[in-house]
Parts: sequence; structure tokens; C-alpha cells
Amino acid sequence: MEKFTTLHSKAIPLQIENVDTDQIIPARFLKATDKQGFGDNVFRDWRYNKDNTLNIDFALNNPNYSGSILVAGDNFGCGSSREHAAWALTGYGFKVVVSSFFADIFKGNALNNGLLPVQVSKAFLNTLFKSIKKDPNINIIVNLEAQTIAIENTDHVAHFEINSYKKTCLINGYDDIDFLLSKKAKIEAFEISLN
Amino acid sequence: MKKTLFDKVWDAHVVDTIKNGPQVLYIDKHLIHEVTSPQAFNELEDRGIPVFRPKQIVATADHNTPTQNQDQPIKDELSRKQLEQLSINCKKNNITLYQLGHKYNGIVHVMAPELGITQPGMTMVCGDSHTSTHGAFGAIAFGIGTSQVAQVFASQCLLLTKPKSLRVNVNGKLKKGVLPKDVILYIISKLGTNSGTGYFCEYAGNVFEEMSMEGRMTVCNMSIEMGARGGMIAPDETTFNYVKDRQFAPKGEDFNKKVAYWKTLPTDEGATFDKEYSFNAEDIEPMITYGTNPGMGIKITENIPVETNASFKKSLEYMNFEAGESLINKPINFVFIGSCTNSRIEDFRVAANFIKGKQKAKNVTAWLVPGSKQVETQIINEGLKAVFDAAGFELRQPGCSACLAMNEDKIPQGEYCVSTSNRNFEGRQGQGSRTILASPLVAAATAVEGKIIDITKHLN
Ligand code: SF4
Repeated sequence: MEKFTTLHSKAIPLQIENVDTDQIIPARFLKATDKQGFGDNVFRDWRYNKDNTLNIDFALNNPNYSGSILVAGDNFGCGSSREHAAWALTGYGFKVVVSSFFADIFKGNALNNGLLPVQVSKAFLNTLFKSIKKDPNINIIVNLEAQTIAIENTDHVAHFEINSYKKTCLINGYDDIDFLLSKKAKIEAFEISLN
Repeated sequence: MKKTLFDKVWDAHVVDTIKNGPQVLYIDKHLIHEVTSPQAFNELEDRGIPVFRPKQIVATADHNTPTQNQDQPIKDELSRKQLEQLSINCKKNNITLYQLGHKYNGIVHVMAPELGITQPGMTMVCGDSHTSTHGAFGAIAFGIGTSQVAQVFASQCLLLTKPKSLRVNVNGKLKKGVLPKDVILYIISKLGTNSGTGYFCEYAGNVFEEMSMEGRMTVCNMSIEMGARGGMIAPDETTFNYVKDRQFAPKGEDFNKKVAYWKTLPTDEGATFDKEYSFNAEDIEPMITYGTNPGMGIKITENIPVETNASFKKSLEYMNFEAGESLINKPINFVFIGSCTNSRIEDFRVAANFIKGKQKAKNVTAWLVPGSKQVETQIINEGLKAVFDAAGFELRQPGCSACLAMNEDKIPQGEYCVSTSNRNFEGRQGQGSRTILASPLVAAATAVEGKIIDITKHLN
């Protein structure tokens, strides 16, 4: 897993609530047996019209917006457990998703793939949407060490929560498998105690 | 200390606790399928890590399988490859696989309980969010991502922070025609789609106590639709009788010992929950959804509410419904009875009971997709297939089918489908499809009438 410390980037505003993982990556793209290529189909049915032409009204297709931060509406990532949603977002180039609420499984999947979910208050989320829409070139600064998200050259800054274990993993690029394998002896002893 | 059902099962599985961090939780049973496991197998292989406890893993093929001509090679190349990969991975790692056509094959959340793999007091996971279904037995069961599938392969454990606890009580007497599906759709319509996020939910009250195991599974199945990682119902005689004598259930003296333990699991009198809600059974009526998340549900006789926020408008625009209108008499061309929510024998009995002696409306394509091979066999043996055939319904072979439309079973662009599945997300049943969630009774009635009807008038 890639290490994550700080990120300065422009952001793409996706002002839609309850974005479910079926929208992030529709089921018909889940037939692959590796993790490659999902980025091409992220938000497939929103990015394209019914006749397969580009939907220019959709934020990701708006040439004014760019960057590796996705700012999305409340309850992001609900629905299916498919980790393909996290692979689709990282595959497209996102490193951070900001929302006022994340569904549990998505949040875990994101963290396991070096994609940082940043949960902020509804008020701060609104400030972000407003600032980005007003000036699409504005930079957002995410500092994992300090657990802050800030809008550059303004005094808008917010603190975000992250489990300290997960924070250490992200900063160092470790994953849970390494940790669990180091607990083998305890796990085996636990199994014996079950019988 | 007074403990909840959830506390008891969780605490009995904690291997280790990291200071200020998550806990190491032992997993008794790991269910896998073709879509969310291949990348986990790759991960292990790349890192040279063996599968730690292959005997505690059970595999089935369900998400991406055809529901016709299952004895013939699968036409879609990518689907075929994905299923082949599952066979190869299971063989290499000594994992039991009930592949397509096997008499135990079926949707993972239907076949595992049916075989007695699911038991009270267990911890169970699967790379599928509806793993919450198994909580009906008083097990801690939840969906995980593929990275976590790899973690369980490697260590039979997961690193988790203990969720908070939520209890939903429903007491009273359910009205005629109100099925377990209506109960859970009602609860979600009241609480919303993220009310359960961060919580494990226990369902309590006489309504759940009096439900069959099939009904309890329907309820727990949809816990994830209110954001809860899982749902649970205390094990009781109904549970023990269901588990008894199933293929993989403990037998004889072992079974009795287990039952004695299972009886200690229900929540202690006076234990407290972080959140608690109560509803009256009498307030619940047959339900239907009108929007693009499972929380957007109304009583079938109610009108769509009038709201002004952007998400609500977007949703109604997608569904091509008007705020304030009634759904009664809306013409419907597709009906799907299936999915891990409602594809057990009881669901088909309800449908057959309504359909018997009637005919499917001409405009309707009606697919009945059993949850497993065993359900399919029961449908035939109990004479339900004859009822469906006579009425013009199409009984297909088991699988997830139009619930997520990964195979050919897709609802066409713009069409409405009254569906017994669990998600009405945009395009869930095929690009541009419009899903209306309902019980198997409402689905059967819609298929017969060719439109949504007020089922409450037809129940005598
Ligand atoms: S039937 Fe639907 S919800 Fe259930 S496991 Fe299959 S795809 Fe998932």
C-alpha cells in the first residue's frame, strides 16, 4: 500500500447524497479477477448518457474541475460491500474522499487501499462545495499527521477523526495482514481454548 | 455486567485487544463467492501466504451465474472465467465449493443456513454486505471487503473496532398480508438509510419471536440497508428446531450441548443499548418503495411524500414519479421474485398461494428465481411449480439473478420492476431500470394484475 502523509490538491465536487457503490462501479463491471482497470468505469452511468455520449453536466466531466480529492454529499459509499468501488476511485486517481458521513464497509475498504476518507461536519462540507464551485482552482490541504483539512489561503480548517491504528498503517504503508500474521501464536492458542 | 446478545458472541471471539486500537476477532465461518474472492486469493499468492484454515471456508457460485441451462457452458466469457477461477482457487487451497449445478449450490445467504453451516453464537463473514442475513440465528455475521477476505484467509481473524449497539422492538399483532419484508421496509422507512451506521442491530419483540426462520432471515438481511453492519435475533426453540438435523449441524449429544450454550446467549434482562427504537405491529401495512434507496418506502395505500431537497428530486426524476402521487394502478411490466431477501421456500409458498387459479397478466414478464438448488427441488416437490407453470410464470434456476443483474437477467432501460430484492438503487437491476421493492405477496399480485394494486382489499 502507498504511504499517505499530506496532500495538496484541487478537488472535484460531487454534490449528491447517498452515493451507493452500485453508482461508483456498476455490477456489470465486476467480472474481472484482478484490481486493474476499474478506474475507467468509475461512475460509469453518471459519466455517460444513455446513448454513450459524455454527460457534460457531470462533475467529473467538467473541464473546470480536477484533482485527486473527491468532495461528496452525505452517506457516501452505502450499499454493496464491493471493494471494487475503492479500486475504481483510486484507479481514477483519487487519494481522498471528503463527505459528512461514510458507510461502514466502504470506509474500511477505502482505508485498506490507501484512499483516505475524511469525514467533516455538514457545515464544513457546504463551505467546501461553495468554495470549490466559486473557484475550481482552489487548493485543499489534507494533513493526515495533524488530522486536518484546510482550504488554502483561507481560515477554513477542520479537524477529522481517524482510528490511531489505521493512521499509523496509512502513514507507513502497512496493512492488516502483516499485523494479523504477527499474532499467529495468539490465534492458535485461542483456537485451542475453544475446544 | 449485563450483556447483550451481541456482546456475548463478540466477547467470546476476541483473541487480542490493541491498546487504543481495534480488537482481533476470531471468525468461525467464512463464506466466499466468485466476485469478491479472486483478488484476495491473488494477494495471498503474491505474498506467499497460505490459506490458514481452509476447512472453515465454504464457497458457492451465485452472483454471476446464468439462471437457465446451467448444465451447459456459460456463454459470457468473462463470467465463465470468473467461475473457473473460483474452482481453481478452491481446488488449490482445499476449500469446499458447491459449484453451479451441485445439489447444495445457491445464493450464499440461502444455502449456508439451509445446510446448517450457520449456527447461533458464531462469527461469520462473507465478501457480501447481506451477510447480515445469518444474524437471524443469533450469530454475528457481516459483510467485508476483499482486503478483509484476504485477512481472514491468512489468519482466520479480522481487526475490528467493536460497533455500538442498537435495538429495534416491534410488538403487537401484524395485520393480514403484512409479511416480514413489510416489517423491515417499514423500519427502514422510519429510521432512514444511515441510522444504523456504526451499530449492530438486535431485533426484539413478539413479532420477531413469532416469525419463522425464513422471516427472520428476510429481516436481518436488510439491516445493511439502514447502514447497520449486521442484525441479530435471539436464538430460541424456532432456531434450534431449524438447525437440528441439517447436514452440517452438530448431531446427538453434541447438538444438545450446543443448545445448552445457545440458550445462554439472549440479551440479559436490563442490558442497555446505545440506541433503541420501538414500533407497533398494528401500524405496519404492506409496503412499497418509490425512490432510489430502500429508505424511500411508503404503505402501498399512501401517496409519495412531497419534499424539496435535491436528492429527493433527483430520485423521483429517475423513477419518473411525481411527488404526492399514488402508485396504485401504475402499470408494471416486470416482476422478480428472488434474491437472498425473499427466495426461500416460504416466499414461493406465499406467492403460489396467491397465484393459484389465476393467470399472469399479459404485459408482465415474471421471473421466479429460487435461492438454492434445495429450494428449487422443494418448489417442484410441493407442487408449486405446477401452479406457476399454469399461471404463466417462469421458474428459473437458482442464483442472484436480477437482484444485481450481473448475468443476462436484466430489466430493460426505463422499465419498472416490482422486485422482492433489497436494493432499488439506480440501475441496480440493469442500466436505466427502475426498481420498486415489495414483499413476495405484493410482487405476485402485481404480476397477476399487471399493475400495482391495493393488496389489502384482496385478502379474504
Ligand atoms: S441476491 Fe442480491 S443481495 Fe443477495 S447476495 Fe446476491 S446479489 Fe447480493
